Amino acid sequence: MADYDYAKLGLKAGIEIHQQLDTREKLFCHCPTVLRDAEEHNAEFFRYLRATVSEMGEIDRAAREEMMVMRPFTYYAYDTTCLVENDEEPPAPLNPEALALSLTIARMMGMTPVEQVHVMRKLVIDGSNTSGFQRTGMVALNGSLPTGERIESICLEEEAAQRIEDQLFSLDRLGIPLAEITTAPDMHTPEAVKAVAAYIGMLLRSTMQVKRGIGTIRQDVNVSIREGARVEIKGVQELRLIDEVVRREVQRQVNLLAIRDELLARHASVDEETHDVTALFTETGSAILKRAKTIHAVCLRGYAGLVGREIQPGRRLGSEMSDYAKKCGVGGLFHTDELPAYGVTEAEAASLKKAVGAGPNDCVVLVADARKKVVCAIAQVRRRADMARDGVPEETRKMLEEGSSAYMRPLPGAARMYPETDVLPVTVTDAYYDALVLPELLSDKADRYVRDMGLDASIARQMVYSRQCQLFDEAVSRGVKSTLAAHTLLGTLKELSRDSADVAAVPGEALVDLLLRVEAGTVAKEAIPPVIRALSEGQDIDTAINAVAPSVSREEVRAIICKTIAEREAFVREQGMRAVGPLMGVVMKELRGRADGKVISELLKEEVGRIA
Amino acid sequence: MMMESGTRVTCRYAGTDQTATYITDRDGMAVIKLNSGYNIGVDPACLTVVALPERAEAVGVTVEQDPSLPQLSIISTGGTIASRVDYRTGAVTSQFTADDIMRAIPGLADIAQFRSEVLASILSENMTPAIWQTLAKSIFTEIKNGAEGVIVTHGTDTMAYSAAAVSFMLDTPVPVVFVGSQRSADRPSSDNVMNGLASAAAATSDLGEVAVVMHASTNDDACAIHRGTRVRKMHTSRRDAFQSIGQAPIGTVAYPSLDVSLTKDAVRRRPETEPVLSPKLEEKVGLSTFYPGMHPDLIRAFEGYRGLVVSGTGLGHTSAPVIEALRSLTDAGTVVVMTSQCLSGRVCDRVYDTGRDLLAAGVVEGDEMLPEVAYVKLMWVLGQTTDTEEAARLMTTSLRGEFGRCL
Repeated sequence: MADYDYAKLGLKAGIEIHQQLDTREKLFCHCPTVLRDAEEHNAEFFRYLRATVSEMGEIDRAAREEMMVMRPFTYYAYDTTCLVENDEEPPAPLNPEALALSLTIARMMGMTPVEQVHVMRKLVIDGSNTSGFQRTGMVALNGSLPTGERIESICLEEEAAQRIEDQLFSLDRLGIPLAEITTAPDMHTPEAVKAVAAYIGMLLRSTMQVKRGIGTIRQDVNVSIREGARVEIKGVQELRLIDEVVRREVQRQVNLLAIRDELLARHASVDEETHDVTALFTETGSAILKRAKTIHAVCLRGYAGLVGREIQPGRRLGSEMSDYAKKCGVGGLFHTDELPAYGVTEAEAASLKKAVGAGPNDCVVLVADARKKVVCAIAQVRRRADMARDGVPEETRKMLEEGSSAYMRPLPGAARMYPETDVLPVTVTDAYYDALVLPELLSDKADRYVRDMGLDASIARQMVYSRQCQLFDEAVSRGVKSTLAAHTLLGTLKELSRDSADVAAVPGEALVDLLLRVEAGTVAKEAIPPVIRALSEGQDIDTAINAVAPSVSREEVRAIICKTIAEREAFVREQGMRAVGPLMGVVMKELRGRADGKVISELLKEEVGRIA
Repeated sequence: MMMESGTRVTCRYAGTDQTATYITDRDGMAVIKLNSGYNIGVDPACLTVVALPERAEAVGVTVEQDPSLPQLSIISTGGTIASRVDYRTGAVTSQFTADDIMRAIPGLADIAQFRSEVLASILSENMTPAIWQTLAKSIFTEIKNGAEGVIVTHGTDTMAYSAAAVSFMLDTPVPVVFVGSQRSADRPSSDNVMNGLASAAAATSDLGEVAVVMHASTNDDACAIHRGTRVRKMHTSRRDAFQSIGQAPIGTVAYPSLDVSLTKDAVRRRPETEPVLSPKLEEKVGLSTFYPGMHPDLIRAFEGYRGLVVSGTGLGHTSAPVIEALRSLTDAGTVVVMTSQCLSGRVCDRVYDTGRDLLAAGVVEGDEMLPEVAYVKLMWVLGQTTDTEEAARLMTTSLRGEFGRCL
């Protein structure tokens, strides 16, 4: 894709980062924050949701759109979820551990805490919350990053239920605390967005109390260009795609503006009349049209060629109209820019155009389904087609694979916020806030590892981002050399894990103990991998060492060396001291890590020297 | 601080000026709504008024009534089926009129045409026998005036008491349906819509007695129809908190079809029969739960009462000292009725010595009656007669299906 002159386009971008917090309990109940296999569910139930009026007396426009089709949502419950997730019990008080953690993050960015935190209900009726809302509270305002970008707010929210498929959700994730960090729209290039996301991600990871793994951190990106509109793209789970998402959204807005200009130049309009064209398709080769109860068409005057124009890789203006129509429960739509195709013949397309009185500059859109859905869908198509003459609509969109996006719903307004009447407000005092202990940033820690421990910069970086970092700090503080600790915790564990050892089952304390024994010389360095494997199989450290590498005395080592030399006496006599290298391998293999390589080498040289 | 909800303000906070809407004061803090919709509590001193609240147009959408549909009445007493947040306290309160209920539950207008009356706007824990009487009279009047069914919206805490009270005070030929919700009406997952629609379906059905209609399970698939004298709130918070005790529900309303099915035990509608109202209640009646170690003075405190229901242990027992206290009450003319805190099962004071001692002390066995139902019934019975023997006879006769297999 050609890169744009973003400054000229007036790109403004901001991000919202949602990070799952690794607290002991959920945000509003005492359930653990563990994810489950859907097959482990022990109960299921189903419900309907309806949009309700806000405390200001309005229905949120995003919620209204979700309500167009009334659908039952099914939920899986587990032995780690409770009546709060089931929306069958009022919430517990706000989890103090999660509040402290979110305020710690706030303090790391120099923010001002909210004096009295009020929990709100953010209306979400797509089924992902059993209650029909997501509980959220603003905990701090106004901070900044070292690179100057402003942080507008941090909210502490409950995670939504995981969608298993369509209208089926899993309750294990619902209620896990999330920190939602919102930046100001201070980024002006796709790369800047990525850099800020990476920095905030590092900062969050520095707390050592955030969840890790795919889906535990999600970015929403807000993008607008001059004359465009603010569009929020949700659910960017991978940092590597975030700049591409921004690029593609700019591209989409640029193309929609070009379409707008052309529509205005053509004096384009949308017919108010809807045509029932069901009869035209009774003999069609298109299976969808043939079995549809009702087919309605609307003529978009002056839209020919533009509905089918690509606005983003894999997306056309027609895709946008289709997304709007799908809100009524239809599967999609057809438009004449893409016909003949999908079993519709040229003759059928022509008779369709004739039936609605469409000329060569016009595009006809048709929708096929049950009558009620079709009427709703055609109204949506008309609405989206009208919007095209205004340019870019403000929208919430969801990211598709590789960085394009599809329409989800209008940008929600303040009307979707309602006080959570079942949770009392929480006061945050200055004394409390000032006493929060701030963690060392991972970037600072990596620098320190290089500076104070002499670790290689890339190893240091790997170490601070590793799950083993705390164990590394502990091992080093107790006297293990940093290189040995780093090599074992990064390299050896990974190799063993690749070799199907369950290294996660090895207690950290045992690992540190093993490394200390190596440092003390009672266990050979070579014995580390087999001992860890034995530990992973549940043996205690002494048993593991005795089984794998019972320590061998100097005299026993010498005896093995003598035996090895005796078996190869001719070779040794012939090669002299040059035999030491090959013999070393043989003896090491025999001892399998039960003796230190240095000792073996020393004794081997002595014994070979005697003969040669 | 004196400021009206909805006043536009700015607040110098965290180094910037936040524009916001003032909502209320809470614990010395001013609660303001930021433009993002979030409420936060700030020091009231930081607020500067920008503009006074905008006057919102009263939303007076009239609900279209279809005269070809059956005539129902909605009598509203409050409760979560019709509640919303109170700015002053931030808590949920009941303050809707019956018309608001119709607006809040779209679909009601497709089932029936409604007359409505707001009898009270109270949380059900504040219900009194005097309001039960007013309620019974109102229902009676509605039926006399042609209502083919009556819906009573009620807070769930004491709904079973009210349903039982109306059951005894009013002999009704048409359905009288109590309904409420366990999740407040201001949330998208509220059970108010489904319960409300199911109650209207039940009120237009062939039923002819007082019932409670609430969620049958945690699913949104059916409501159960419970007999008013057999139902009890059995969970603090679940949607299906209401359960029939000692018998199956007398019917169900499927959702979303709203098909009503009644069991053969359900009393049927009797179109040619007039309702009969007997609203007198004796208020000097008590209800006391026995527990190990209970001091007999607590029973003696009911001296001078005309009736006392005891919720005893097991088959209907109390300790020996309490039996003595009960004997003094019966000697003085108090009607004492024994029920069981087991809730399920029949009282039988002829198995153990304790039970025989209780009978000898003049205690009347309450059969299968739920303690609360026996309490309400005893108030009603003593409102009808001053004769203790007649009262005992009525208490041991099933009048509204409060015990026994069927009517």
